[in-house]
Amino acid sequence: MEFSYDDEQNGLREAVSALLSRAYGDSEQRRRVVGTDPGFDEKTWGQLAEMGLLGLPFAEADGGMGAGPVEVSIVAEEIGRVLAPEPFVEAVVLAGGLVADLGTDAQRAEVLGALAEGTLLPAFAHTEIGSRWQASAQSVTATEDGGSWRLTGVKEPVPNGARADLLVVSALVGGATRLFLVPGDAEGLTRTGYRNHDGTRSAKVTFAGTPAQPLGEGTGDQAPAIEKAQARARVAYGHEALGAMETALTTTAEYLKARKQFGVPLNKFQALTFRAADMYVSLELARSTVMWATLVVDADGDVVAAADRARLQTSRASRHIGKEAIQLHGGIGVTAEYKVGHYTSRLTAIDHLLGDGDWALARLAGSVGEHQTVDALQ
Amino acid sequence: MRLHLSPEDRAFRDEMRTFFSTAVPQSIRDAVAAHRELTKEQFIEAQRALNAAGLAVPHWPVEWGGRDWTPLQRHIWREEMQLAGVPEPLAFNTSMIGPVIATFGSQEQKERFLPATANLDIWWCQGFSEPDAGSDLASLRTTAVRDGDDWVVNGQKTWTTLGQHADWIFCLVRTDPTAEKRQRGISLLLFPMDTPGVTLRPIELLDGGFEVNEVFFEDVRVPAENLVGEENHGWDYAKFLLGNERVGIARIGSTKRMLIEAKEHARGITVNGAPLSEDPYMTARIAELENELLALELTALRVVANSAGGRPHPASSVLKLRGSELQQAATELLVDIAGPLSVASFADEDSDVPEWAQVATPSYLNYRKVSIYGGSNEVQRTIIAGSILGL
Ligand SMILES: Cc1cc2nc3c(=O)[nH]c(=O)nc-3n(C[C@H](O)[C@H](O)[C@H](O)COP(=O)(O)OP(=O)(O)OC[C@H]3O[C@@H](n4cnc5c(N)ncnc54)[C@H](O)[C@@H]3O)c2cc1C
Repeated sequence: MEFSYDDEQNGLREAVSALLSRAYGDSEQRRRVVGTDPGFDEKTWGQLAEMGLLGLPFAEADGGMGAGPVEVSIVAEEIGRVLAPEPFVEAVVLAGGLVADLGTDAQRAEVLGALAEGTLLPAFAHTEIGSRWQASAQSVTATEDGGSWRLTGVKEPVPNGARADLLVVSALVGGATRLFLVPGDAEGLTRTGYRNHDGTRSAKVTFAGTPAQPLGEGTGDQAPAIEKAQARARVAYGHEALGAMETALTTTAEYLKARKQFGVPLNKFQALTFRAADMYVSLELARSTVMWATLVVDADGDVVAAADRARLQTSRASRHIGKEAIQLHGGIGVTAEYKVGHYTSRLTAIDHLLGDGDWALARLAGSVGEHQTVDALQ
Repeated sequence: MRLHLSPEDRAFRDEMRTFFSTAVPQSIRDAVAAHRELTKEQFIEAQRALNAAGLAVPHWPVEWGGRDWTPLQRHIWREEMQLAGVPEPLAFNTSMIGPVIATFGSQEQKERFLPATANLDIWWCQGFSEPDAGSDLASLRTTAVRDGDDWVVNGQKTWTTLGQHADWIFCLVRTDPTAEKRQRGISLLLFPMDTPGVTLRPIELLDGGFEVNEVFFEDVRVPAENLVGEENHGWDYAKFLLGNERVGIARIGSTKRMLIEAKEHARGITVNGAPLSEDPYMTARIAELENELLALELTALRVVANSAGGRPHPASSVLKLRGSELQQAATELLVDIAGPLSVASFADEDSDVPEWAQVATPSYLNYRKVSIYGGSNEVQRTIIAGSILGL
């Protein structure tokens, strides 16, 4: 096992970090951007495309860069570090990932090429009211009539659902879950967008006999493929959370040094510095687990189980760090005018997109009897 | 020691329960239950309904509307009110400045302010904290300089809750910058928020709401008669006031209500074919919270019964500390029950995301405040370690 990054990977991190800190180094800039639709900056999105980041994990033949999950993890971490609202994990890792895994040659070339160029934003329309992070569709149905498919039902909340140029939609066909592509301007499609608490956007997306194109060929259940793509997105979100947790911690440590009460800086109170030390412990344990999960993705191991472990660790760490970051700041921590609380908000959102810590714990608990130990080295 | 309420206390509880669930308009109680921001008018309507029934200021001296209840009755009053989703009488009025004026104010001030304060004819805000004086309140720098019959106030307050609704402010000011002990040079002044020279800047909080403000004072002239008690004794009144603030801040009834809500919502959500309310992790978590809350309520009852002469029992710090943690845990539970819907906080009427799920995360984020204000949890630990354990 090897945890260090090579020169090229370090170079990638520096380049992404330079771009994103130019855009969001000043946290007021993020507040302005998320203040209006679509909740991210189209120009920054275009710059991410120019750097090749939006095609990072896709095959070169499909218009991508042919890079692996480690490179993806680096970008996600830098996104999290400055809380960039651009939907990298949502569009590239999750929606794009599904198309890369399941799409026909033509679909991959068309969708992934345009995604990589920054001209097409895909969104995964999967969650329904009443669903709870499962891989299967619940109530949206697809029906075939003379070779053409139509979708009926409601998906909500769909991240970036109103802005998306293309929806990757899960729907029931008989008892199976199948995926479909629906362009944003399709007939019989209604989308109402709104703001999430973390400044990103979601939408209610209604399908009323909306024409749709099946993703990929075949007729089998695609829920297992969804499960796997979600697992990879969970791991990538883990990295986004690591970046965010790290900034929350460093911001807090700096504040403890700068803020004076009782005539001394707050870092003179060991009661507070020990709490920051505990935040560091949580962060580092989460970092190890998430990096390990990325290596499992890279090695094409048991991605689903590794993602659950990463999720549990990140969920616990991000709650711990998110709460303490605010508490150690005092009043200023709960304001929208200061940055640290927004980190807590984003960490809370990440935690509830794709399954929270207790949800992952329940899945892991179900398999305790199946192994004697859990070993890091394989 | 005795387990059961006496027949009189039981009758008292029933009386409170009936009153709170009938006399305050349902629309207001629904708004509280839904964690919606109340309008100024709703606060006023609710408090006047209580005041008309003699239930707004039961802990005040009897001649000013107090009820001479036992500590247990006061506890029941407060918990039943929270459980019914009745907005509590404005704390700035009834728990803070009211008792201070009643105890330390002049007869003239009592007559002028107390009835109006009880009835929320005057809305008070609390001008204590400053940008550089938070936990270290005694370092406050807003000054008041005597000029003829007036005090002239300059400086800034911050975190002033609902200052935008306030008619008057009770404000700690430095009147003797040369005092040897910082605490000895502070006085308590009362003045209207529309006095020339007072300006307000709203501060947006994480939930998108505007419940706190910065307040600036530029040559604000305050008549000398608006000073409470003695000049340079403001710190004593502030300490008295903050001690009262801690009582009742455990908000057990309100947390109970959130747990009721949580169980109800969990019943309506299906996970792997079964209700979330039957999920072993969910039930264990709720059971643990219920037990913690029971322990807290019992402690509140025990502490309340031991409070002598209106002074809070030192263990009331336990109530603030654990009470705020449990309120926060309950809001977190609601976020987790909302699950994937908990991101959709600002969905519109079109949305199928239920209102409780929309407000869950903003409330959770907003409730981070309860362990910061009213004496932060670190301050409470300092009190426990220092005044109780002698460390
Ligand atoms: C929503 C909200 C509403 C409020 N409403 C009002 C109001 O109406 N009127 C008013 O006057 N004030 C109000 N406050 C202010 C509140 O009382 C202060 O926020 C509080 O006193 C903490 O001060 P601070 O925010 O400056 O944090 P700081 O004092 O800077 O503290 C930062 C952190 O350090 C900790 N800390 C500080 N000193 C020590 C120490 N010696 N040992 C260990 N830990 C320490 C604190 O507990 C906190 O975790 C409100 C605050 C909030 C958040």
